[in-house]
Amino acid sequence: MNAEQTALLTEAEDGASLWHDAWLRLKKNRAAVTGGMVLAIMVVLAILTPWIAPYGYEAQNLDLGATPPSAAHWLGTDIFGRDLLTQILFGGRISLAVGFIATAVALVIGVTWGAVAGYVGGRIDSVMMRFVDILYALPFMIFIILLMVVFGRNILLLFLAIGAVEWLTMARIMRTQVQSLRQQEFVEAAVSLGLPPSAIIFKHIIPNALGPIIVYTTLTIPSVMLLEAFLSFLGLGIQPPQTSWGLLISYGAETMEEYPWLLIFPGLALTITLFSLNFLGDGLRDALDVRGSKD
Amino acid sequence: MLRFIFWRLLQAIPVIFVVITATFFLVRSAPGGPFDSEKAVLPEVKRALEAQYKLDLPLHEQYMAYLGDLSNGDLGPSFKYPGRSVNEILGSGLPVTAELGLYALSFALLIGVLAGVFAALRPNTRQDYIPMGMAMIGICMPSFLLGPLLVLIFGIYLDWLPIAGWGDLPGDKILPSITLGSAYAAYIARLSRAGMLEILSQDYIRTARAKGLPEWRVVIQHALRGGLIPVIAFLGPAFAGLLAGSFVVETIFQIPGLGRFYVQAAFNRDYTMILGTTVFLSTLIVFFNLISDVIAAWLNPRLRAQFKGGA
Repeated sequence: MNAEQTALLTEAEDGASLWHDAWLRLKKNRAAVTGGMVLAIMVVLAILTPWIAPYGYEAQNLDLGATPPSAAHWLGTDIFGRDLLTQILFGGRISLAVGFIATAVALVIGVTWGAVAGYVGGRIDSVMMRFVDILYALPFMIFIILLMVVFGRNILLLFLAIGAVEWLTMARIMRTQVQSLRQQEFVEAAVSLGLPPSAIIFKHIIPNALGPIIVYTTLTIPSVMLLEAFLSFLGLGIQPPQTSWGLLISYGAETMEEYPWLLIFPGLALTITLFSLNFLGDGLRDALDVRGSKD
Repeated sequence: MLRFIFWRLLQAIPVIFVVITATFFLVRSAPGGPFDSEKAVLPEVKRALEAQYKLDLPLHEQYMAYLGDLSNGDLGPSFKYPGRSVNEILGSGLPVTAELGLYALSFALLIGVLAGVFAALRPNTRQDYIPMGMAMIGICMPSFLLGPLLVLIFGIYLDWLPIAGWGDLPGDKILPSITLGSAYAAYIARLSRAGMLEILSQDYIRTARAKGLPEWRVVIQHALRGGLIPVIAFLGPAFAGLLAGSFVVETIFQIPGLGRFYVQAAFNRDYTMILGTTVFLSTLIVFFNLISDVIAAWLNPRLRAQFKGGA
């Protein structure tokens, strides 16, 4: 037994919970900690953007035009003389908001659906899960494009459409969790006390399935952000005057021959964020000892 | 095995039916008719056009008529390109996209499996970290960023490869295929590493090694078959992803394939084209999921036994 294990054991004897244990494991994973910190910085920047952005969002300087990075414009300017750093900060707000909100939509639907199916069981369970199976087989990328065409390019719809795609895996994971938890004694105790099923599901079962939920949520955010950027790149997502990283990359790609910084910096912002989220998610998976949640 | 195939086919039918129905009613409920776009059309002309496209019938009759056409393999006429049918447009785009997808997938399988197996042979050493780090980059670097960057480096700065087109200039198929395939190479590398690690710790591998087989035979003859099951199961979903990815890649490189037609149809609000393409692509994806499931089941002895035993 090495020193670390002894330390862990002493902690455990002090009444350390599962969460404390997981936290210790996570702290040792340098990639995950870095990812978490970078992500925290990104979120703080996004929240503070209106106050810290060096220029106004709509400020143009047509005489200036596109300039490479300089002291006045750290990341350069675009063809309208707009400050790229400001654009990236405001775009990040939208990209991150889409990531978090659409994931939250997916989380609520998926957890509720999976928990109900797993808890009730029987015929209702098999009908609910068959429904998930059918949706799973649908080509959703195509459907989202279809929705954007039919209902116009509306950001609220974008959240909902992306959320509607991502809840399926969450529902499956949740159902498996609930099925095993339902057999446990503390749930039987809650049942015999006469608690209503909704209270049992939300107060006793979901809190005990938090590990996989957290891990999968962290891994869902980057895939949602990627989906948004993908749609915006095609011109089917976020619409001007609003902007997002995907849209900035799309503009940058058009003029990259003359002004490569307009492609590189927004691309960097997106890639770094996706990296951080994936590292954090992988780290959490190891720390909370969740298996087979994504690959 | 036959039972399994039959069972999966039976599941695919409602999926395709749901796709057709949902797409049809979604498209029909879209605001604005397809003809009230650019210039004002005479009422008689509009009526004639509507009759030609069967838009004057009640919705449920339109739906039945569409199902009837579909059962004959007819996806209807295009709204925006008069005189061309959706079938013709799809027919001209499909071979291009299929070729692009095939190259991308071959690239992904070759690089991905090699990197994954290589990493799994020496886990938690540099031989593992370097390919897996690259795979992480591949997963986080979206195709719409990688494509322009590759064009910038190899097409413009180094001037080695053409920056757009398909089959017009020598080497113009290389960049699009790599752009489309790299994310899948990364996923496949991670999947095959995980699969190989699990298989390499099994008893029968220890037996093979104990028999004194050379390591390459242990890996190739005994471990690969089991270790690659997750990769094969991934190929079905990957196919759907490749199609979606082709939307972006074909737009970047100006390739006249299905993806580009679909995105253009979405922009032009060419409703019959969207409807036809969605139905066609969905059917294709469901079909490929089916094939990959069947192959994965065939490779997995436990599943095979289950269906032989009539479970």
